[in-house]
Formats: sequence, C-alpha cells, structure tokens
Amino acid sequence: MDPAASIIIFTTASGAGYGLLAILGFMAALDVSPTPGPFAVALALGLISIGLFASTFHLGRPLRAWRALSRWRTSWMSREGLAALVTFLPATAFGVLWASSEPNDVSIRLLGGLSAAMAMTTVFCTAMIYASLTTIRRWSHTLVPPIYLALALQSGALLLVALTTVFGGRGPIALAMATTFAAWLIKAAYWRSIDRALPTSSLGSATGLAHLGAARAFDPPHTGANFLLRDMGFVVARKRALALRRSVHVCLFGAPFALIGLILLTPLSASCPLASTAILAAAIGLGTERWLFFAEARHVSALFYGRVD
Amino acid sequence: MTSSPRKRLGLVIDLNACVGCHACAVACKQENSVGHSGRSSDVEAYQASPRGVWPNRVHSYEFGEGAAGRTVYFPKTCLHCEAPACVTVCPTGASYKRADDGIVLIDHDKCIGCKLCAWACPYGAREFDEVEAVMKKCTLCVDRIHDRELPVEDRQPICVTTCPANARHFGDFADPESNVSRLTREFGGFDPLPELKYRPTSKYLPPRSVTADGRKTAARKLERSPRALLDFLDALLTR
Repeated sequence: MDPAASIIIFTTASGAGYGLLAILGFMAALDVSPTPGPFAVALALGLISIGLFASTFHLGRPLRAWRALSRWRTSWMSREGLAALVTFLPATAFGVLWASSEPNDVSIRLLGGLSAAMAMTTVFCTAMIYASLTTIRRWSHTLVPPIYLALALQSGALLLVALTTVFGGRGPIALAMATTFAAWLIKAAYWRSIDRALPTSSLGSATGLAHLGAARAFDPPHTGANFLLRDMGFVVARKRALALRRSVHVCLFGAPFALIGLILLTPLSASCPLASTAILAAAIGLGTERWLFFAEARHVSALFYGRVD
Repeated sequence: MTSSPRKRLGLVIDLNACVGCHACAVACKQENSVGHSGRSSDVEAYQASPRGVWPNRVHSYEFGEGAAGRTVYFPKTCLHCEAPACVTVCPTGASYKRADDGIVLIDHDKCIGCKLCAWACPYGAREFDEVEAVMKKCTLCVDRIHDRELPVEDRQPICVTTCPANARHFGDFADPESNVSRLTREFGGFDPLPELKYRPTSKYLPPRSVTADGRKTAARKLERSPRALLDFLDALLTR
C-alpha cells in the first residue's frame, strides 16, 4: 500500500496526541497530577489537530469531509471522525478546568477519565479502519489495534516525560519505559507473525482457475501506470524493509527505553537532554514504523497484476 | 442499505469465449464519459505517461505448461457483490447498493475521495478520478439498462452489446430461469477470490477443459447428449 505522507503524519501525530491525552486523563482521574498538566493537555490537542488537518490532504474533496460523520453505524472511518471530534469536548473542558482550579476537583477527575476513554476509543477506531480490511492480510491482523494503542500510549508517555523535564521534573519514567517495552513486544510479535503467515490467496484463487495449472500474468490490461498500481501496488524490497525494521527497533524502542532509563541514573540537569533525544529518536522511529506499516502491506487485488500477496 | 434486493442484476463473463480484444473496455470507457459517472477522466492522455479511469480492464494469463497450457483473457470489472465491503466502509454513504436491482453505485456529489472503498475491494474495481477527485466504478450502465427510449435489445450494459465473441451476458440472478442463472448453473459459473466471501453477483464461466488430444471435453459431452446440446443452444439463444 502507498505510504502517503498525509496518513503517516495523521496517524503518528494524532496517535501521540491521543496517547498523551489518555495518560493525562488517567493520571488526573487517579489524582496523580503531573507537573505541566494543562500545558500538556494543550500540547496533546495541538498534536491531534495537526494530525486531523494532515488527514484531509489524503481526501480528494477535503471540503466535503463533514459528510464523513454520517455513517458511524457501519464505517470505522466515520466512527473515527466522530470520536475524534467528540473527544475535543471533554478534553477542552478538562484542560481549561485544570488550568483554572484545584487539580483534585471532582469534575477534573471525571473529565480526565472521560477524555482518556474517548482518546483511546478514537485510536482504536483508527486502527480498525485498517484491521477491518480483509483485502489486506497484513492489516487484517489481531495485533493491529493493540499496536496502534500501545504506540499511542508510548509516544504520549515519552512526550509527557520530555515535557516534565523541561519544567524541571522527571515525569512518569516507569510508565514511559513500560509502554515502550510493551509496544516493542507487540510490534516484534506482529512482524514475526506476518513473516510466518502464508498467503491465503494466489493468482489461481483470484482467477478461480487454479485447476488449469500454474498461473502466470501474461499481459497487463494497460501499458502505463494507473491508480490501482500506484495506490495499492506499492512494494518495498524485502532487504530494505528489514533494514528499516532494524532502525525501528533502535530508534523507536531501544534508544528511548535506554535514554529514559538513564534519566533515573543521572543528575536532574541531564534529564531534559536525555528525554529530548529520546523524543527525537522515537519520532524518527515512529515515522519509519508507520511507513513500513503501509509499505509492507499488500493488497489482494494486486494478484491480478501477477504480484505475490 | 445492503439488504437483499428484489432483482440481482449482474454479468456472466464467459472465459471460454473471450478473445481478449478489449472492445468491452474501450466501449465502457466511451459509454461512461457521460451519464451516471459523469466522465472517466484521463490525465496526460497524450503524453509519455497517460493514466486514467477504466471501469473495465482485460487481463491476460497463462495457465499450465506445454500442450496442456493455455491463455485465458480475463475481463475484470465490478461484480456488484452481495456483501460489498466498499459500501460498508464508506464514511459518507456515497457508496451504496441499490435495493431495487442490487447495482453498487457511487453518489459522486457525496464522495470525499478518501479511497477507502478501493482498499476494501478485492477486485480492484474502483478507481480514483484524479480530475474530479472522486471515486469511479462500473455502473452496470445504469442509464442504458433502464432507458425505456432504447429498443429492448439495447437495454444492456455496453460491454455486453459490444462484445463480438458473445462472452458477456447480462441478466437477473434473482430469477433462477434467467439467461445468466442458467448459464451459471450449466457451465459452472464461479466467483473469483471466493475465500474473501464478498459473494459477487456476477459470475465467470471457466474455459472448457482441453484433453491431451486438444479437444474440449464439454463439447464432446454435448456431442453424446442431444439434450445437453439443446440446452446449450437454448442458453445461447435466450441470452
């Protein structure tokens, strides 16, 4: 599948924003308030807005995007759009109240919990857009929603640590390390699983003529490019994909895990540089991870062009 | 929205008869430059890398080796599925399956061009129109087939009336005695990618098998049985 920049920016930026919002909301609900609370909520909403804005660049007719809110009974994309917009209501109230009253206010705790639940719901809907497509077997995988949720929480936790170090604290180090490790395990399990899975369809089953013998694409229907091949026929070389996966292991998981851990062992003055480096590495790693999520996915319709599923 | 329609209009594409001339594809492109789909736009049509919307495309495949090997031309277009995920994933309701006749259509005024329906289609039947920035697909020539101004024999999709090899047949699959239902029954009509369970309405007929001496087994079977021959002729004539 074509790794379009608009969707990569959308899913990573809004994912991090929702992850940060969810962590802040849960912490507020449990009455464990991090140092830069309201400021972090603003950062989360900013990232979410950037992501949602980027997503409209994938639309042919962005001005009609409001229509996408109507089919929430059947469409995961519609559900996602609706959840994304609804989340702004409790989240904005949560941030504003937090900035203007005592952190242990009951309404803040309630709004925090609600914001967190809505943020996770939205990320789940995003993941389900992909996980519900049986035409793309590397997306139609049980680990896809857990990956999206775990990476959102991980990037949110890393952001909160980095933000707290700017304000002179240390932030939720254990949470950041735990979510990084969890996301690492899930992503590694996913890669292992898609590498071992055998294709369920072939040119034989696509044409329904497997009984005629080994099938070969003989002549394509058109000599030039077309939408199908550009949008759904994207292929990344196996060797390149493996190299990029290694870079994800380092940038998204290994390096942030080690750098955040180091904060505990070093003087407070080193916290901010360490956390900032971790965020930078994770951002590169997350972009690469999402690029690979698209680039490694193959659409079953490409079989008709003689591609391997 | 996707409840069982009264009629189930669709095509039977006979892979035994298709000669791969692409006339259906060209006629489709021409017919769909007006009508329900607006137009099927082209980009850089006269430059080095032309591209554009073709609701119907003809693939060619080889099967088997040596004397048993054969070439099969495979026209591919929307199969107007009974379980059209392209409709369920659509966030705006622009994609819909008509209750009356089961045709899967796009309301181009509601389409936001998110391309999710194309991702949901296993057959590659939906294409993004770069000029109009919305999705396009086969309409089963919805303007033609219901046009009472046309002679009855012309109220068929243009790919059907154009095909010089009689490889394409149009009809109502909800009627068990329709031409398409009988062709499907008698010649082993099948679904491509059945494992994805989209339950296409339209069916393909397989190439009749070839024996080692190069004769078609189906034809030989017909020689032995006058009844089968009559059925075959009847199927052809009632197309």
